[in-house]
Amino acid sequence: MPQDSVLNTKSSAVRTEEMVLNMGPQHPSTHGVLRLELTLEGEIVSKVVPHIGYLHRCFEKHCEAMTYPQIVPYTDRMDYLAPMGNEFGYAIAMEKLLGIQVPERVEYIRVIMAELQRISSHLVALGTYGADIGAFTPFLYCFIDREKVLNLFEITCGARLLYNYIWIGGLSHDLHPDFVRKTLEFIKEFRPNLKEVNDLLSHNRIFIDRTANVGILPIDTAINYGVSGPNLRGSGIKWDVRREDPYSIYHKFDYDIPVGEGKYGTVGDSWDRYYVRVLEMEESCKIIEQALEQLPDGDVQSAIPKRIKPPVGHVYARVENPRGDLGYFIISDGSTSPYRVKVRAPSFVSMQVLNELCKGYMVADVVTILGSIDIVLGEIDR
Amino acid sequence: MMFDFLVDLTGSPILAGTIQSLLPLFLFILPFALFAVYLERKVSAHMQDRLGPMRTGWHGWIQTVADILKLIQKEDIVATDNDKFLFNLAPIVVFVGSYAAFAAIPFSSMFIGTEMDLGIFYIVAVTGLVVAGILMAGWASNNKYSLLGSMRSVAQIISYEIPTILVMLSIVMISGTMSLHTLSEQQTGYAWNWYIFGGPGSELSKFLFIPSMVVGFVIIYISTLAEVNRTPFDIPEAESELVSGYHTEYSGMKFAMFFLAEYANMFAVSAIVVALFLGGYQSPIGYLGDLIGAKWMIPIEQFSWFTIKGVFFVFVQMWLRWTLPRLRVDQLMAVSWKYLIPIAFVNLIIIGLITLL
Repeated sequence: MPQDSVLNTKSSAVRTEEMVLNMGPQHPSTHGVLRLELTLEGEIVSKVVPHIGYLHRCFEKHCEAMTYPQIVPYTDRMDYLAPMGNEFGYAIAMEKLLGIQVPERVEYIRVIMAELQRISSHLVALGTYGADIGAFTPFLYCFIDREKVLNLFEITCGARLLYNYIWIGGLSHDLHPDFVRKTLEFIKEFRPNLKEVNDLLSHNRIFIDRTANVGILPIDTAINYGVSGPNLRGSGIKWDVRREDPYSIYHKFDYDIPVGEGKYGTVGDSWDRYYVRVLEMEESCKIIEQALEQLPDGDVQSAIPKRIKPPVGHVYARVENPRGDLGYFIISDGSTSPYRVKVRAPSFVSMQVLNELCKGYMVADVVTILGSIDIVLGEIDR
Repeated sequence: MMFDFLVDLTGSPILAGTIQSLLPLFLFILPFALFAVYLERKVSAHMQDRLGPMRTGWHGWIQTVADILKLIQKEDIVATDNDKFLFNLAPIVVFVGSYAAFAAIPFSSMFIGTEMDLGIFYIVAVTGLVVAGILMAGWASNNKYSLLGSMRSVAQIISYEIPTILVMLSIVMISGTMSLHTLSEQQTGYAWNWYIFGGPGSELSKFLFIPSMVVGFVIIYISTLAEVNRTPFDIPEAESELVSGYHTEYSGMKFAMFFLAEYANMFAVSAIVVALFLGGYQSPIGYLGDLIGAKWMIPIEQFSWFTIKGVFFVFVQMWLRWTLPRLRVDQLMAVSWKYLIPIAFVNLIIIGLITLL
């Protein structure tokens, strides 16, 4: 066995060595092409160094060479599990820069889409988390429901993964005539399925033993690192961009912001982060139901500008993506393409705490912790 | 009996012995592995709301054959830094370990590989060989994941052999025999003569045994599950952590050997549980052969009963695998050392006291 570093213990009789283990980029549970360099003492992790960039596609630089509407499909490819959220954030930033007021119907549809996307994204997070811990069946149960959400997106805009749906000032298509009925049907079917996943996985004794008290993220560490989204709420802070910095029409809906309570262990452990996602899906269902009820009539494309040439200036807008606070910083030099686009990717920030979380746990727990912070490499590398 | 018949047939004890030792392989292990892989796929598929293999034959029944053909065609990769000798030897050792266990398994009153008095002892000993093979595979692969996997595997199998043996001992104490054949013969009659219901006879001690026997049965089933590395104890090959543990580096037929050994092992441990607790090859409801006076039918019926019971427990293993998450390696050790072994010990003492009374 090749050893990279040698640790001499005080007693010369027993010599122990640290082992450096490369986890990924080709590994079943690094959630994409992430490479983790683990320093192990036996099976105990003493250091984790993430190596990123395997999925780097120059998103930010690329934007500078494209016109503003052309960027929309590229935002899809960042967090490919939540493209609607990405487009939503970009559209909001651009509308703020252009000073456009979008019609009421557009706002409602955007919120419905973003919340459906949150459900589908959290379903993937839950399913893959189960698979990380060895329960493969909940993974497919989650994917059945995700499939239904994707079908809803498909009837809306024709695409199932990368939608190019939320445009600057409007939407690419209006809703399908069946959309409202089908969405309500989906929510009706989804609630019992969510309960089933809970029975199968969330409250399973082995699952709790694996996740509770593992990878505890204290509140101050979370804040210092700038962690947001379910990971921050898992640590017990009621902080959600939808509430703290309201955008679109979120102030019109009645919903709760679930936080981690340390039900089976310490507040901020992996189980809390996981369970916050479960509860958030229920809240998303509530928002969708309210939005569908209030959905006004109107045209979804009336506010789309013919030619986008924003004034010189800069703008920062953020939205609550399934993975956290997604921010867009756009500098305009007055031409048809941006001078600079900078994205604050929530996964990138969340991944930084990995070393803090994994120290002193076992190799198996690294997988648990990595799954619980739910990163998407497309967004980290961009 | 089988052996005498074969000696008569071939005229040479060596030839007869060879045929008899190969019979379980060709008659049972290979067809069973084919069937079990198919069953695993179908069971997992239906549990996950899928169909599973559907294209290869009716409901995909020749899927495993197609898989094997694929594995045969695969390149046999041996990396330059592998320890060639151990790397090639390991799959054979693992397979031999699980195959040898079949020698002492009583399939029916007429068909048992070798009728040895120390059957239980022998099985415990030869399945220990699997550990050596796994350790070899992990070490020779020159891969950190394989090494971690094999280390865990060895720790796990050795830890779980202790509760298994303790429960086996309690049965030996009651029955006074270590031969699985004799043990199965003792449980003749109907289902209430099985050891899980306190064993044959109708005196008071039988009824006193029942709670201890049920506890013993649960312990031995859990620990055999761990011994064959099935979920929730599939830590050595924990896919999400160790890719596939000790056989990560293996391809083609060498991988198939590990695979075959795993499925053979699954049946072997189920068969042991069945032989110890559930009457072995004995029918729970009497024999049709007795009823219609055709004595020759009885061994065939016994073989069917044994296979049905064994396959049922294999099915339960699959059921658990596709339902439960995986334990962590330290939790796994805790289950064995903190719970199973003390309970098995207390159980052993209780059974000892009842036997003395």
